[in-house]
Amino acid sequence: MAVVWSILAQALHIALILAAAPLLTGVVRWMKARMMGRRGPHVLQPLRDLLKLLRKRPVLAENASAISLAAPYLAAGAAVAAAALVPSFARGMAFAPLADLILVAGLLAVGRVAMALAGMDVGTPFGGLGAAREMSFAALAEPALVVAALSLAILAGTTNLDAIAGSFRDGALGLRVSLGLALVALLAVAIAENARIPVDNPSTHLELTMVHEAMILEASGRHLALWDYAAQMRLLLWLSLLAAVFLPLGQAPAGSAPHWWVVGLAAWLVKIGGLALGLAAFESAIAKMRVFRVPEFLGAALLLGLLGAVLLFVSTGLA
Amino acid sequence: MLTALALLVGLLAALGVAALPLARFPSGARTVHGAVAVAGLGLVAGGIGGLLNGPAVMELPFGPPWGPARLALDPLSSWFLLPLGLSVACAGLYAFGGVHGRVAPRELVPWPLFIAGMALTLLAADGFTLLLGFEAMSLASWALVAHDHARAENREAARIYLGFAGYGGLALVLAFGVLAGGAGDVAFAVLREAPPEGLRALAVMLLVLAGAGSKAGLAPLHVWLPLAHPAAPSHVSAVMSGAMTKVALYVLARFLFDLMGPAQPIWMGAPLIALGAASAVIGALRANLEEDSKVLLACSTIENVGLIAIGMGLAVAFRGADLPALAALAAGAALLHTLNHAVFKTLLFLAAGEVLHGALSRQLDRLGGLIHRMPWTAWAALTGAMAAAALPPLSGFASEWLLLQALLAAWRIGDIAFQMGAAAVTALAALAAALAAAAMVRFWGLVFLGRPRTPRAAGAEESGGAVRWALAVPAGLCVVLGLVPGLLLDLAEPALRVMVGTSAPRAGWDAIGAAEGGARYWPLAVALLLAAAVGLAVWVVRRRAPAGVMRGPAWDCGFIAAPPHFPFGDPAAQPSAAGFGQPLRRMLGQGLLSARERVTMPAPGATSPAVLDSGFRDPALAFLEGALPRWRDAAAARAERLRDLSIRQCLGLAFGAVVLMLALLAWMGAR
Repeated sequence: MAVVWSILAQALHIALILAAAPLLTGVVRWMKARMMGRRGPHVLQPLRDLLKLLRKRPVLAENASAISLAAPYLAAGAAVAAAALVPSFARGMAFAPLADLILVAGLLAVGRVAMALAGMDVGTPFGGLGAAREMSFAALAEPALVVAALSLAILAGTTNLDAIAGSFRDGALGLRVSLGLALVALLAVAIAENARIPVDNPSTHLELTMVHEAMILEASGRHLALWDYAAQMRLLLWLSLLAAVFLPLGQAPAGSAPHWWVVGLAAWLVKIGGLALGLAAFESAIAKMRVFRVPEFLGAALLLGLLGAVLLFVSTGLA
Repeated sequence: MLTALALLVGLLAALGVAALPLARFPSGARTVHGAVAVAGLGLVAGGIGGLLNGPAVMELPFGPPWGPARLALDPLSSWFLLPLGLSVACAGLYAFGGVHGRVAPRELVPWPLFIAGMALTLLAADGFTLLLGFEAMSLASWALVAHDHARAENREAARIYLGFAGYGGLALVLAFGVLAGGAGDVAFAVLREAPPEGLRALAVMLLVLAGAGSKAGLAPLHVWLPLAHPAAPSHVSAVMSGAMTKVALYVLARFLFDLMGPAQPIWMGAPLIALGAASAVIGALRANLEEDSKVLLACSTIENVGLIAIGMGLAVAFRGADLPALAALAAGAALLHTLNHAVFKTLLFLAAGEVLHGALSRQLDRLGGLIHRMPWTAWAALTGAMAAAALPPLSGFASEWLLLQALLAAWRIGDIAFQMGAAAVTALAALAAALAAAAMVRFWGLVFLGRPRTPRAAGAEESGGAVRWALAVPAGLCVVLGLVPGLLLDLAEPALRVMVGTSAPRAGWDAIGAAEGGARYWPLAVALLLAAAVGLAVWVVRRRAPAGVMRGPAWDCGFIAAPPHFPFGDPAAQPSAAGFGQPLRRMLGQGLLSARERVTMPAPGATSPAVLDSGFRDPALAFLEGALPRWRDAAAARAERLRDLSIRQCLGLAFGAVVLMLALLAWMGAR
């Protein structure tokens, strides 16, 4: 029976994230608009945009290769595969043993590389510029992510997300300074990976410091829809990951019956909504930084992550 | 099995001699390369047989004056035969397909000798035979590096390489001397009986690090590698990067895990971990700044050798801390990455060679758009580059996942200084892996994507036949080896027993695991999940979107249209190699590689152009060219004063030297 429940939970989870990804982006945009005193577009607007883009025939550059045709599918697929591994409302889903934090980082890297190659495919200056910057930022974000994973792995004994969420949910660990530092590091990585303010501006095409939008400048039609969807899925994945690791309250435990899922689902919605509100407020309150300040931003995240690990060593050394 | 392998080494050496007359015939070069490819397959078969059958020993009927030369096939050497054989087989096949007509003997004769030297090093069971193989490998590869000696930079590369090889060999001789002590017997079986301790162990380790580490390309002795590897013909570069560095790592592993005994302390691993981390970061960063495809790949080799060295150092430390399961995890990561790197680096060098052959350039700024003209090469190189960028489910990810898991468990060694160091190394390893991904995107994107930057690139042509297979086979291996890392670890189990005394934590044939109950990685399941997700995307889009695409001109950001004599647009209006490396040069290069970037603006109103001056300098190379010659001159000036000594002082000097040597002998005999 437990196997059936786990498969059912996994299927529900995948359906949930597939539907929630465009919605989340719509909610964040709407919240930002309200905070800035505008009425803002409808929450469903990103979904409508996707459907509209799907109906349009893409225009490719004359010298575009098969990379331009294949990369959007690979990027969207990698984002969905990664998001399918991050627990949302319940633990112990069918893919739980696969849900390794480093594997999730690897799948995100697949999407990033696909996007960088698509940016370079036509040989326009903007695409190459965006690709170079994206890969460089990732080179600094990855160590910060792994160092944050180090603190989590020391406390939970594994890098499996499901197991980390489980051991934090059971509350044996309590509040720790190291966890707080790892949280700050992961938040910074999440902002950089999702190309949000202050690292990049998600709502403009015409800014000299743009990174993410520069790579998909040539994309149109269904390809653009897939790129947008991959970006929306990545945002959901990161918020879901932060919620699963640092706010495990309310998550249905492994092997639990479906009525717990309702509680878990409500808790997940509240958590994602809260994180979205936080993101919108943060983005409204802060200005975008210069491109060459980003290394300092991510370097600070790396140092905080290292500090968290070192504090753990010191505290376990004294105990 | 061992007899057959010994015979194979002998045949390779004979082939080297026979290549001299064969080079006169039009089909002679093809014969030699074909035979080498078959010999590579034989080495792979020998390695697998050695892993499955268990150890064997034999004494050769000849050898040094004091005893016979000994060969042995134990699991550790068997495992290292696999990367050697795979690399040699692919490179031999590539050369077989790519060569037409006669080849100069100086390019043909050392090639089988080079491979025979590497195989002899792996099979050696005493210090003499090992050094014989190691030096044959060094000398033969030096001859191949110097094959195109008409060009000054190749002569320079060969000279620096010879210097490093000479000092490296000297360090290994001294390492054997210190290990053997006064008795002087260098058979491995004898050396194992008396493992060194304390200062002597430290001396052996530092000497081996200097000797084998310089050949493997560990920082700060990596300077020769980006100069020498690209200077050789492409198939030789592939074997030098893919296999020769691995043979050097084998010598390192043979000393650290076998000859020096299992009872070494934790800190024995520390220098190796530190040097490995430094190599990984410097190599990966340089790979992002170099503008020559083969130099870039050689720098990426430094990075991967650094990662393997981290794994080996961790295994030594874990073994010293009595954590056998974790030691096996780290050693397994090192062995697996050895094999994976050999395959994808061989593939990438062969692809770079094919690009050089087809588009006549190694400069990234003279290539571009080759995916249209050379599709086989492009897709094979993409597979290799993505494996090198550690993307799941390809081979590089599996071994780097294991390495990261070993690093994430390094805190279990209780010493707080070690824990802090390991945390820093974890960050550096992740930085190196991400930098490698950036370097591979830059390499593949600039060479194969975009528009042609020169007419040569626009008219590039691809070879057919064996060359395609020589690229397709390692590309397929990058996928297959990535899907079955559990099977490979099972195969490596006897080698892990030799290294750390236990086998790696087993997670089934289709998975690798960090520890009992720890994180696991199922590459097959991940590949299926990824395929299903991509399939879902394709299915949804197919259902809703209109088929086909329209083609139109790319939006060129408002540049003035290129003049008609630029049929592919203005080459300057697409990213250049220096431009693509600019963010990382500014972020990390200024600190680590003393990179510079200066814009000289003309005076207001002047019509002269602004000049951007950028570049970098490896600090180790700066030391080699700056401080080291200064010290040498100073020492020479000191030594010159000896000429003015009186006869009494001269005699006193000779007498003092004799007394000192006798005292040293007495001291070593007493221990």
